Amino acid sequence: MDNTGKSVAFRGGGFAPQSRRWVGVLVFVALILFVEWGTRAGWISSLSLPRPSDVLDTFRQLYDSGLLFKHLLPSLSRLFVGALIGASIGIAVGIMIGLFSYVRSGLVPLVAAIFPIPKIALLPLFVIWFGIGEGSKYALIAFGTFTPTVVATYGAVDNVDRTLIRMGQSFGLSWWSIVRKIVLPGAMPGILSGLRISLAIAIILLVAAEMLGAEYGIGAYILEAGSLYDLERLFAGVLILSLLGVLISALIGTLERRLLGWRT
Amino acid sequence: MDIRLEGISHSYDTFEVMRDISLEIPSGQIVCIVGPSGCGKSTLLRFIGGLEQPKRGRVLQLGEPPKGCLNPLTYIFQDFALLPWRSVSGNISLVLEDHGIKGAAARTIIEDVLARTKLTDFAKALPKQLSGGMKQRVAIARALAVNPAVMLMDEPLSALDSQTRELLMDDLVELWIRQPFTAVYVTHNLAEAVRLGHKVVVLSRRPGQIREVVDIDKPLAEREFGDADLDRAQKHLWQLMRDEARAADAELLNG
Ligand SMILES: Nc1ncnc2c1ncn2[C@@H]1O[C@H](COP(=O)(O)OP(=O)(O)OP(=O)(O)O)[C@@H](O)[C@H]1O
Ligand SMILES: [Mg+2]
Repeated sequence: MDNTGKSVAFRGGGFAPQSRRWVGVLVFVALILFVEWGTRAGWISSLSLPRPSDVLDTFRQLYDSGLLFKHLLPSLSRLFVGALIGASIGIAVGIMIGLFSYVRSGLVPLVAAIFPIPKIALLPLFVIWFGIGEGSKYALIAFGTFTPTVVATYGAVDNVDRTLIRMGQSFGLSWWSIVRKIVLPGAMPGILSGLRISLAIAIILLVAAEMLGAEYGIGAYILEAGSLYDLERLFAGVLILSLLGVLISALIGTLERRLLGWRT
Repeated sequence: MDIRLEGISHSYDTFEVMRDISLEIPSGQIVCIVGPSGCGKSTLLRFIGGLEQPKRGRVLQLGEPPKGCLNPLTYIFQDFALLPWRSVSGNISLVLEDHGIKGAAARTIIEDVLARTKLTDFAKALPKQLSGGMKQRVAIARALAVNPAVMLMDEPLSALDSQTRELLMDDLVELWIRQPFTAVYVTHNLAEAVRLGHKVVVLSRRPGQIREVVDIDKPLAEREFGDADLDRAQKHLWQLMRDEARAADAELLNG
């Protein structure tokens, strides 16, 4: 027996990204330290980027003065109400498009037509329709979350395994049971990944919504800082939005682990 | 309850799938349907279960389904069709809920069918945790739960490896012996057909027509692996099918 053979080179593996929690944190920390170093050493001028420690300081002042929550709470409630309206109507309409031929033929072109409209451009219209108060803000955020949610939802319904639906019919399940127990859970993975996108869009639109008629709110805070070229405050505001984004993403991640544990 | 097919013909647009099929499915018997690929076996089974309607001819139920029968015509699918988000017992309770059977009554039925399919220990498992053979046993348990008058099985064992298939065939035979059920069993596998069928219906290539109905008189309980009588029946079936299969194959090649 010849024992001098060489071992077969490994060429499998990869293409299966796993979550390594600390890497994400590390990237943030490295980036911030880099900017801190640059601004302190002077090769990043304080006009082009604020010093991270100054931003943190501004943030602390915001917190100490109690202004943080004065800005945060109205924004959160706008985000919550707007996204809730937009996402729930979006899911409902998406499911109807997925189930009924006439709704599909009627609404798919309409959704395609309103998807690319920059919703920000419609803010004045919403102000006329719903008033300068909270109504127009809810409407803008709801409208912005609605379209991506619809598209994700009807795609998800289209992807539900038809053999499962046939199975339901063959056991004499009622239409409503099939929708509730087969279509909806089957579409859940697609709906949740759609929500990831639409909720991020909701945060983007939050700033736009607070352009008009908002005294308090993260968006209003950022816009005011921006118009004064107060970079520290601008970045403190942006920091809050980013944290909000991370939070929502983590929330959906938890929801996915809870609801979608059945996936292989 | 018997089933009678009367002169069933069907075509999709101008594409003729089957022609004038008449067949009797007597209560308490397993009728196997074999035939070359694409001859319309699955389509025929969908007609019998009312999931699709034939262009011509009709499917008749003769007599009333027995009492306590929740879903007279019940399918067992090739790919199991289990809801991946429900546990084994959840998948079975799915088909009971719509009949208003919940709580203790549902639990009794579920325990009974799980015991009959030897799945008692897996009641809480999700489908992804089960092997193929176990998934099909869950599907069989789900079918048994609605107490069907006729079971419609479309190649229920073809997604499984041959050892699992043997075991499951034994299970089916055992189930039938304990409580004879009526079934239409579509298969590609002639060994399955002669093992389980009281009658084997051989269809011609598309458009599917009945070429021959072979009766196998030996009682199910006495049929064994490698039985000489069954081998003879299987050989006969293969002779009937070989030419059809070859011709069907050539047709596909020629487009
Ligand atoms: N909905 C449909 N629309 C058009 N053609 C169809 C449809 N369903 C089936 N067919 C065609 O009808 C023929 C019979 O299909 P069927 O699935 O019943 O065959 P089968 O005997 O079950 O085949 P296999 O052994 O491969 O499962 C096939 O040629 C198929 O392409
Ligand atoms: Mg088939």
